[in-house]
Amino acid sequence: MSAELAEPASKIELPAGVGGGGEIPTFDITLRVRRYDPEVSAEARWDDYKLTMYGTDRVLDALHKIKWEIDGSVSFRRSCAHGVCGSDAMRINGRNRLACKTLLKDLDTSKPITVEPIKGLPVEKDLIVDMEPFFQSFREVMPFLINKGHAPTKERLQSAEDRERFDDTTKCILCAACTSSCPVFWTDGQYFGPAAIVNAHRFIFDSRDDAGDMRLEILNDKEGVWRCRTTFNCSEACPRGIQVTQAIAEVKQAILARKI
Amino acid sequence: MQVHKYDVVIVGAGGAGMRAAIESGQRARTAVLTKLYPTRSHTGAAQGGMCAALANVEEDNWEWHTFDTIKGGDYLVDQDAAEVMAKEAIDAVLDLEKMGLPFNRTPEGRIDQRRFGGHTRDHGKAPVRRACYAADRTGHMILQTLYQNCVKHNVEFYNEYYVLDLLTVEEDAVREDGTPFKQKRVAGVVSYDLASGELHVFQAKSVVFASGGAGKVFKTTSNAHTLTGDGMGIAFRRGIPLEDMEFFQFHPTGLAGLGILLSEAARGEGAILRNSEGERFMERYAPTIKDLAPRDIVARSMANEVREGRGCGPNKDYVLLDLTHLEPAHIDAKLPDITEFARTYLGVEPYTEPVPVFPTAHYAMGGIPTNITTEVLQDNDTVVPGLYAAGEVACVSVHGSNRLGTNSLLDINVFGKRAGIAAAEYAKTADFVELPENPEDFTISLLDVARNANGTEKVSAIRKELQDTMDANMQVFRTADTLNQVLRDIESFEERYTRINVQDKGKRFNLDLLEAVELGFLLELARVMTVAALHREESRGGHFREDFPERDDEKFMKHSMAYKEDHAPADGSAEEAIAGVRLATKPVVFTRYEPMVRKY
Repeated sequence: MSAELAEPASKIELPAGVGGGGEIPTFDITLRVRRYDPEVSAEARWDDYKLTMYGTDRVLDALHKIKWEIDGSVSFRRSCAHGVCGSDAMRINGRNRLACKTLLKDLDTSKPITVEPIKGLPVEKDLIVDMEPFFQSFREVMPFLINKGHAPTKERLQSAEDRERFDDTTKCILCAACTSSCPVFWTDGQYFGPAAIVNAHRFIFDSRDDAGDMRLEILNDKEGVWRCRTTFNCSEACPRGIQVTQAIAEVKQAILARKI
Repeated sequence: MQVHKYDVVIVGAGGAGMRAAIESGQRARTAVLTKLYPTRSHTGAAQGGMCAALANVEEDNWEWHTFDTIKGGDYLVDQDAAEVMAKEAIDAVLDLEKMGLPFNRTPEGRIDQRRFGGHTRDHGKAPVRRACYAADRTGHMILQTLYQNCVKHNVEFYNEYYVLDLLTVEEDAVREDGTPFKQKRVAGVVSYDLASGELHVFQAKSVVFASGGAGKVFKTTSNAHTLTGDGMGIAFRRGIPLEDMEFFQFHPTGLAGLGILLSEAARGEGAILRNSEGERFMERYAPTIKDLAPRDIVARSMANEVREGRGCGPNKDYVLLDLTHLEPAHIDAKLPDITEFARTYLGVEPYTEPVPVFPTAHYAMGGIPTNITTEVLQDNDTVVPGLYAAGEVACVSVHGSNRLGTNSLLDINVFGKRAGIAAAEYAKTADFVELPENPEDFTISLLDVARNANGTEKVSAIRKELQDTMDANMQVFRTADTLNQVLRDIESFEERYTRINVQDKGKRFNLDLLEAVELGFLLELARVMTVAALHREESRGGHFREDFPERDDEKFMKHSMAYKEDHAPADGSAEEAIAGVRLATKPVVFTRYEPMVRKY
């Protein structure tokens, strides 16, 4: 536990211009959105929208501006709008990101910004894909704590170090940005994909869990970790900063160590 | 249209819904209907912790927790419910740990605990370490852990099934004192499958509402876009009253201009608030616990600093959350997500710069009235057999007029579990209630009104104007004038709502249509909240009337019960309708705590 903190000063001199502020600049962008609605046409198409946006706006704000002011039929999922619910993973300028976490000012606004659905999952309408295959893989790795011992009256003990061991992979929000950035997953939909392996990792390396061997066996399958080609797309795509490729490597090592 | 039959139907798959499902699913045939995917629910956005008097790091007991909850709610809390929650909190945390939740640990390997606003040692003597936590991602961990355990128990989910109606029947019944009344019974729900646009009727012996809050009635809010109060709205339209809707919590530390939540855990870990003069102003408002005063007090103090000209920034419209005296390593270990929010969305580095913050609409203390078994009440005394509610959609009432931080994560776990057990047990002995004739008719007309309105009004424009007037007139400071202004505005919005234009005419994933339906719920709930606020001519907890600045226990130590005009009790207890809403009251349950002046 942290030591008691000293009381902070009752009053301090604030430096000039503290806390940002000033006029928020506006700028013009073109958002090029991949459109597909099988009720209208079997063909997908690109629609361009010219928009004036603010310096703090994100891609999600631009999509909302289109939906709310120009074309209500533009369809996409979203909920929390600050990067924790995982609803709005999409391909933005060819890279998987969350629309609510991608600031427009950080993109090249001199060219159209392209927005497409994530790849490798069936497109339902515009930016909405069928997530069921993704969650199916998640469920197959037994993503829940299995402890065969007697439950203690109070909590199970776990050292801070043991807790830290799997911290990185507890951050997953199941947005599918990693799995749908993986070239192996694009060509082989049977591959478990990075997100399922991340969630297996979260339990394999949890000192309270007794079913690591079973999960390693599942991931030793021909559609398991050995399909990974270590392209690092997944780590780059993860909006939570999880070291996905490293987690996959640790699972591979655990399988090999177990065989010895 | 398809008809499904389940013993228990749970509406909503956030913390309360999934906690209920884990219990119900092991006892009865259960379906969970959610307008999202389960892991998208806003429970995942909760950050700081979940309080329980584990006493892992210092002396504590559940009676102190009960007292803090009651005092925090400015004595409008039902004390039996607060006792249940504080007592069952301990098992609720231990349940989650056993399900696998990765709590932060003490050096001894126990669940670590930290300070949180309003949680004190021995009835207000000093802050106490009571909040169990996982960095500043406690809600995320709870949501993931509950979902993982739903997978483990093969809970049946209907994802993106948007529930739009509650099916009830009314039977003639007689009270103990001989007076006849209409007894509601639950028959099921009607839902709209987002993928296909088809309606599905779910017949059920028990229905559990766990559909969350209604923060989107406000502009500046920490709530998700999808928190449009559907569950409350559905119940209200079907004659169920809504309790204590005037009480809405404004969380002190939303990112200025954006409303994104920065956890109270920041202040629990030592951060403080400063005004434009660099002054730690909470020393003036709450001399004992300062920045860790309950949220209503801190939010009002911040708004007052801004009003008196000590706000920061070019428009002097926010204050600062100062973490610069904390060690960066400590910040990284305990507050990684919220500091990233400040960097990502405002470009501010919290190690070295204070973060601009302002109160953000956060939590509805009110909701569908229930007893401590989570059974829904159709009036002060009568439960609706088979109908349950838990979590933010419900009002049990453990939060009274102001919820303490962490008590929402606790509420969903304690009362979600109770709801799941109660709903399943009821279903074991009850029969299905026959569905009303043409059960889908109400829903079809609801959708048709939105779909076929052939006007020019934009849903988004009406929604924005609603949110603007709610922020301006129904936020931390209220008067009769501002509240009447809101009611006049809503009247004009409701007229414009009849002339909207939904552009998307398709069946697949028609979110344009659903946003129109959601706006209908928002307008209805904003009206209920405002009428309730107008009736309460006192200041208590999150409801502050500048024209009635004192708490008035004699007249207002009671819950408000808002009824849709035609559904108010016929015994003369309800006031005349204002804007189609009739207000009645319900006594507060007292056990052992006498109301005192609320000072910190």
